[in-house]
Amino acid sequence: MERDDLIVNDSYAVNATHTEEEGKKIRKKLYMVTVLLTLITVVEVFMGVAFKRNETFTWEVIKLGFIVLTVVKAAYIVLVFMHLGEERRNLKYVILLPYALFILYLIFIGLREGISVHDAQNIFK
Amino acid sequence: MAGHAKPISKEELWGGGQSPFSITYGKMMMWYFLVSDALTFGGLLTAYGVIRHGSSEPWPVGEQVFEALPGLTGSYPLMYVALMTFILIISSVTMVLAVEAGHRNDKKGVVKWLGYTIIGGFFFLGSQAWEWSHFIHGSGGGFQLESPITVTAEMKNGEKVQMNLATGSWVHMESEFGHAYEHAMEGHGEEAHAGHGDAHGDAHGAAGHGEHADAHHADASTMVPERLILNKYVLVREGDNDLHKLVVSGEDAKKLWANMSPNSVVFGANLSKNEYAVQQQYADFFFFVTGFHGFHVFSGVVINIIVWLMALRGVFERRGHYEMIEKIGLYWHFVDLVWVFVFTFFYLV
Repeated sequence: MERDDLIVNDSYAVNATHTEEEGKKIRKKLYMVTVLLTLITVVEVFMGVAFKRNETFTWEVIKLGFIVLTVVKAAYIVLVFMHLGEERRNLKYVILLPYALFILYLIFIGLREGISVHDAQNIFK
Repeated sequence: MAGHAKPISKEELWGGGQSPFSITYGKMMMWYFLVSDALTFGGLLTAYGVIRHGSSEPWPVGEQVFEALPGLTGSYPLMYVALMTFILIISSVTMVLAVEAGHRNDKKGVVKWLGYTIIGGFFFLGSQAWEWSHFIHGSGGGFQLESPITVTAEMKNGEKVQMNLATGSWVHMESEFGHAYEHAMEGHGEEAHAGHGDAHGDAHGAAGHGEHADAHHADASTMVPERLILNKYVLVREGDNDLHKLVVSGEDAKKLWANMSPNSVVFGANLSKNEYAVQQQYADFFFFVTGFHGFHVFSGVVINIIVWLMALRGVFERRGHYEMIEKIGLYWHFVDLVWVFVFTFFYLV
């Protein structure tokens, strides 16, 4: 049977090959992203060691900073290393939108539940 | 730029005869699998968040629990996990370089970079083994109190503070005393094995054997610590007082020691008790989430080795394309991706 999943006119089709020049350009981008990811990790560790964990507003901002930096790291891994950024737009949305929808909802109800349990425990202590 | 799909008219794209996503069946299924696997990990980390938010006791902080480096004494908060993260990021980079070499049909490049990726994977697995071993053995150990007690403790700034401790509160030993005590407890276990000591005992006679054993293993039941630590892994404040790592010494330490709940001593963590937190979920989540991730890394290394051998034997060269490297690359990057989140939510936040 003839395969219908082979794409003819696309640079990521199975039979398409990159030239040496294209490869150089891609590698340059990859090295840049490597440096960026390493820097973000160093900054995260520095923030974790330097700032005191307590109930203050500063620590809340730092916590939020960790999450933002993590999402940035994740975005670079998914979009560049897994080159989802260069895939067709409909594939991007099929992968990212359902996941974002489910996980944001799960985080919302999960944290809401956790806070309620916490409050209930304090009431009935 | 390379990789950008050329525009195709909608009729042509969705009219059948070709993949509307412009990727092959295998790659698409790998993406779908990764989405479902990501939901599993997302669920686990969210569950961790629910338990942590719901807990009314303070939760241990990463920089206090994970502060050791192999072969070194002293405190290096988060350095080891940062190193593990770096190793995994670097092995992710070598993997993407293997994928890139595959696009140029460069067999030598694929074999080289995929080989480095496998080595990185082994390094990460080894690091995780050490991390687990350290977590399980702990540093110093602790015990729980049998009844409520009030003691005077010393803060880091030298001031004294009265602490009212409830039943079940954790008290920690200093690592030197803790290790000696653990050794002494194990020593008792060995004494029970009559056969074990007999080889030594023959020359000294029965009485001599007893003394011999005592010289090497202090009797655990007579050991009393000079200092004990409160709030070792949790950061607690009361007004202006920083109640983290309080030191109890002298008579009060003896009082705490005498108030030890029977069989509550634990060194590190196991599946029913852990020295880091009152909440056993802390250790359970650590074991499950990092263990599940480690299992993914392990299976990734196995798959990488298989594909590496295939590349070495020229299977993909004969096939005409290196798409398999892309597929396993997706999986390997996913493993890195999960670790980025585990790193944030287990160790940093």
